Amino acid sequence: MARELIKGNVAVAEAAVRAGLVSYFGYPITPQTELLEYLSARMPELGRAFVQAESELGAINMVYGAACTGRRTMTSSSSPGVSLMQEGLSYIACTELPVVVVNVVRGGPGLGNIAPSQGDYNQATRGGGHGEYHQLVLAPSSVQEAVDLTTLAFDLAEKYRTIVMILMDGSLGQMMEPAELPPFQPIKTEVPDWAVNGESGREKRVLTSINIDPPAQERTNIRLMTRWQEIEANEVRYKGYSLEDAEYVVIGYGTAGRIALSAVREAREKGIKVGLLRPVTVAPFPVKAIDALVPGTKAFLVVEMNNGQMLEDVRLVVSGRKPIAFYGRMGGMVPYPDDVLREIEALASGQISFDEHPRERWLAQMRAEFGTGA
Amino acid sequence: MIASDVKLVYQRPLGFEERGTHYCPGCTHGVAHRLIAEVLEEMGELGHTIGVAPVGCAVFAYNYFAFDFVEAPHGRAPAMATGIKRSLPDRMVFTYQGDGDLASIGMGEIVAAAARGEQITTIFINNTNYGMTGGQMAPTTLPGQVTTSSPHGRDVERQGYPIRTAEMLATLEGAAYVVRRSLHDAKNIRLAKKALRTAFEVQKQGLGFSMVELLSTCPTNWGMTPADARVWLAEHMLPYYPVGDFKVSNAISFEKQGGN
Repeated sequence: MARELIKGNVAVAEAAVRAGLVSYFGYPITPQTELLEYLSARMPELGRAFVQAESELGAINMVYGAACTGRRTMTSSSSPGVSLMQEGLSYIACTELPVVVVNVVRGGPGLGNIAPSQGDYNQATRGGGHGEYHQLVLAPSSVQEAVDLTTLAFDLAEKYRTIVMILMDGSLGQMMEPAELPPFQPIKTEVPDWAVNGESGREKRVLTSINIDPPAQERTNIRLMTRWQEIEANEVRYKGYSLEDAEYVVIGYGTAGRIALSAVREAREKGIKVGLLRPVTVAPFPVKAIDALVPGTKAFLVVEMNNGQMLEDVRLVVSGRKPIAFYGRMGGMVPYPDDVLREIEALASGQISFDEHPRERWLAQMRAEFGTGA
Repeated sequence: MIASDVKLVYQRPLGFEERGTHYCPGCTHGVAHRLIAEVLEEMGELGHTIGVAPVGCAVFAYNYFAFDFVEAPHGRAPAMATGIKRSLPDRMVFTYQGDGDLASIGMGEIVAAAARGEQITTIFINNTNYGMTGGQMAPTTLPGQVTTSSPHGRDVERQGYPIRTAEMLATLEGAAYVVRRSLHDAKNIRLAKKALRTAFEVQKQGLGFSMVELLSTCPTNWGMTPADARVWLAEHMLPYYPVGDFKVSNAISFEKQGGN
């Protein structure tokens, strides 16, 4: 198949269609809306279900119902909308249903703005809703990767009966890039043995998230945790760039990872031995891959479009064995490769003090540069 | 030994599980459940039906019905039912919701589902209070009615007036059949069953959204005997919530449904 120039939001929508999406439920919110708009025409054309819901609450609960039938379903939204969906996501997690959710993250908190951000990292990787559960989180850094991960998302959701979130950001959703779309998969006809589909001639099936008996809830939670351990063991994905002889390692995902890659390449041209590790799954987090880099690395630099949320995951792995620096932009601001290059150069020249939490130095620098706003 | 001329006149509906009730004595949830099971059995739909349970006293409704069920977050049953119906359009899909669930936290979902003409049926239990949490004020609590969160009686100056949900939903084009019935005596229970039959037929024929509001008793939280609760319903609820047909689409050609 040929590559075509396609917008991130539309590419993910078409990739989902080709993965055998049976139903889509969503609500307009920038910078995700093209995904919904595209499917509003595409799904009916194929005789599949599309509903523009009354709210994100409505959308996620329609997805909840559709997922109970065992057929492929998804929704998409952006940060404030995904916050509204957290109620439904917690119920879906407890009911152990396969659901794909796309979050085209924008600047926040609050209404924030519609610019690209990674501010929802904690919400995405810590479950987000009430109670203890995990969701698989895939973080593409290009339109092509978003397409590929969309196909994967449906397979992983079904394999583990789990929520898979595709964590994008406003720039990935809005950007046009050449990408190759996958071939059409037929819509699955086999019905999972847990699906509530109103069939006769078998025991009735009930799907619920209520376990009024605490021991039963605890057993459910143990099952969820066991499945998460399986996911941690089998589904970690990341990309490494120039890591073989790297003395310094940059860690960044999604758009920040992509920007960091440009900076790493420039730094290499300047003779700095630096590499990049880009987590593709931010949950499960590539713990072993980072751990393996610790002995050969002089210092790490974490780059994010937030206030250092993944930074805490990196700190947990590195556990004080090596210094870590942080550079981030917040509120819908996107770092330039030159910003990251400057940080790499500072790191390599030993200018950065590692006595305090990496966020302290960064925040002091941000205040000096941009003021406190007070 | 049963004599050969003995006729079976009453038995557990096929749509029911064999289990004891967890509902309070005198509560009309059991009556409503039974009517649904009877109607679906008579229509031959037991093998094609998916129910959506609410949050509230009926959260465990699926323990009583002998067919597939899901359990929705508070108020979201119409959205969940939409997802199911759009995925499996040939199935009979219904929600069973109380007044806190449907008319308070879930008002957005029910209005939107009715407006879309979603091909689902809703059974709406109105007993003027939040039963499961112990009898707090609901959107349906009558003016002056004492509840645990309106201890001096619902003060309409500060807490507003109760919502007539059926009348409100009847204004929506997508709603094909919206009626109110009551479960306080045998005659009204028979009329309620006829209305449920019509509501499910509306769904089967794809005519649009259908809802039957059922006036119900809550003797425990009302602090009355079951018998007194029935009298209280007739004397206090019926004047504010009259039984009747608020929307009957022209496409419905079934025999006339008696309301009053």
